[in-house]
Amino acid sequence: MAGKTLYDKLWDDHVVHREDDGSCLIYIDRQLLHEVTSPQAFDGLRLAGRQPWRLERNLAVADHNVPTNHRDQGIADPISRLQVDTLDKNCAEFGITEFDMSDIRQGIVHVVGPEQGATLPGMTVVCGDSHTSTHGASAALAFGIGTSEVEHALATQCLVQKKAKNMLIKVNGQVGTGVTAKDIVLAIIGTIGTAGGTGYTIEFAGTAIRALSMEGRMTVCNMAIEAGARAGLVAVDETTIEYYRDRPYSPKGDDWHMAVRYWERLHSDSDAKFDKVVELNAAEIKPQVTWGTSPEMVVAVDAAVPDPEQETDAVKREGMQRALQYMGLQANQKITDIAVDRVFIGSCTNSRIEDLRQAASVIKGRQKAASVKQVLIVPGSGLVKQQAEAEGLDQIFLAAGFEWRDPGCSMCLAMNADRLEAGEHCASTSNRNFEGRQGYGGRTHLVSPAMAAAAAIAGHFVNVAEEQGASA
Amino acid sequence: MKAFTQLNALVAPLDRANVDTDAIIPKQFLKSIRRAGFGPYLFDEWRYLDRGEPEMDCSNRPLNPDFVLNQAQFQGAQILLTRENFGCGSSREHAPWALEDYGFRAIIAPSFADIFFNNCFKNGVLPIVLSPELVDSLFKEIETGYQLQIDLEAQTITTPSGRVIQFAVDENRRFRLLNGLDDIGLSLQHADKIKAYETERAKRAPWLFRNA
Repeated sequence: MAGKTLYDKLWDDHVVHREDDGSCLIYIDRQLLHEVTSPQAFDGLRLAGRQPWRLERNLAVADHNVPTNHRDQGIADPISRLQVDTLDKNCAEFGITEFDMSDIRQGIVHVVGPEQGATLPGMTVVCGDSHTSTHGASAALAFGIGTSEVEHALATQCLVQKKAKNMLIKVNGQVGTGVTAKDIVLAIIGTIGTAGGTGYTIEFAGTAIRALSMEGRMTVCNMAIEAGARAGLVAVDETTIEYYRDRPYSPKGDDWHMAVRYWERLHSDSDAKFDKVVELNAAEIKPQVTWGTSPEMVVAVDAAVPDPEQETDAVKREGMQRALQYMGLQANQKITDIAVDRVFIGSCTNSRIEDLRQAASVIKGRQKAASVKQVLIVPGSGLVKQQAEAEGLDQIFLAAGFEWRDPGCSMCLAMNADRLEAGEHCASTSNRNFEGRQGYGGRTHLVSPAMAAAAAIAGHFVNVAEEQGASA
Repeated sequence: MKAFTQLNALVAPLDRANVDTDAIIPKQFLKSIRRAGFGPYLFDEWRYLDRGEPEMDCSNRPLNPDFVLNQAQFQGAQILLTRENFGCGSSREHAPWALEDYGFRAIIAPSFADIFFNNCFKNGVLPIVLSPELVDSLFKEIETGYQLQIDLEAQTITTPSGRVIQFAVDENRRFRLLNGLDDIGLSLQHADKIKAYETERAKRAPWLFRNA
């Protein structure tokens, strides 16, 4: 019998019941809740007179609507405020632990989960949010769900699922100077496309993935969904185990040792069979910049905007033309000639302490370009913010003319007050460059924190690999 | 949930690939804590010429005459015909809620994003996957506006010319949709199995059960 993939092992460990057609009732170890996709689920429970199956498996935090400044004044938008108040009320009514807006542990749900040790290796993790794939960095089977499934997981601690196929993405070799986890995952999406992973769980492997910190692996798994895969995974190694040592919700004492023994088997067997294997050479990956309105519309920073006339597929060509029109760009225009109006460094993709260090490291005492209207630095959690301030990063940002904000999703999707104006170009460390995502008519370019900070200084995109290579 | 058995309805063609959930229902409308009322804001940024805000009265908003759902021959459409990777992006169930609230009961495309596909079945909306060639042929036929007949029991689509197209659908999902069944009630029939699983798992992974 062929060996098992990591995904096979995680799946098999959680099957409660199997139907004749292959769909399974899967046990859910952890549900994370936020204010946008949970109110209708709690309403559903109330209507049916149901209680959560296991209260302690749920953890709630408001992140999408929260303001990132003047937080002591509360939420100005009454509709946003009602949604956050509704989460507070629902958690109080049902007895679910919530880190509310005044809690230092509050932040983006996908930053908070690993930071607290609330999402652990070997768990099944769900949240009404597609970027739940982030938690797969610790070899947890983690995926986003809709609100009906949020209610289902609350009521039964299970979900009805069909097993996905196995895909292995190996990134071999080492990345060059200035090339980050974000560039790796954008290059992967550029290679396989936004639907390349549909129907699969992707395991990321290879020396370049192994060399990443846990935070880098989270960045990669976070964007598995942008490649179409609901879940991304990285096998457990020493980096994983060290990360979870002494986290607030991590197992303690004998439990810790027992858990580590269990976690150490969370890797694909050497003879495991994958339905699809994709290999990339890390040395060939350069800093990436998206030019269009889908994450697969991405090129290296030293390249030019592609020409739709060269595309033979009619549907794709029209998509490219529409994207160029929306983005206000010309075919064959150099990426480094694109001026940026605003810069956003944050989101569940890139708002952890290492991301902020990366951004701060490229500033080198310089100021943001006068043509750049605003540079928002939004840490992923109150604890990330506290750590950054202890390291003096906030002072580096403020000295450069950047804004240092409170934690939340912020301008990744602009549900709070942080947003682009129509026509503005934004260098953004977030995960989606869809039309209108960061504000009506806004034009998003997805990049790494280092690339975003460098663009803020220069006023246009620059190749940080060249900058950093020259100074190295 | 509304059951889905048969549908004989007008088709609207949305000829774009990778239609994302931000396009289907922009984020500002996600602030609602209700499940209904998203229909007027479906495809808001494409459908209207002004900027939509939550709780806005849409009856007097300027319509984009180029957008397909605003064209006279597609008024009352309940079937959406579209291209690859429909529903990509966020997990927001507000997307199928908005489609359903607008009146769509079925969506035909060569492929769908996984989470969206799954969310449709929870809301009485049938997503149908057909080959890119078949979808292409339907796009060519329906330019003038026509009806398709969908039969979930028989898993067939019938065109006005009498052509019958078979489609595949997962048996478990088909059964639930045909009967409009509540997933949670069905899963709770396995409550004993869930409890037995927890007892057995607590032996293998006791650290997960310490705060119980």
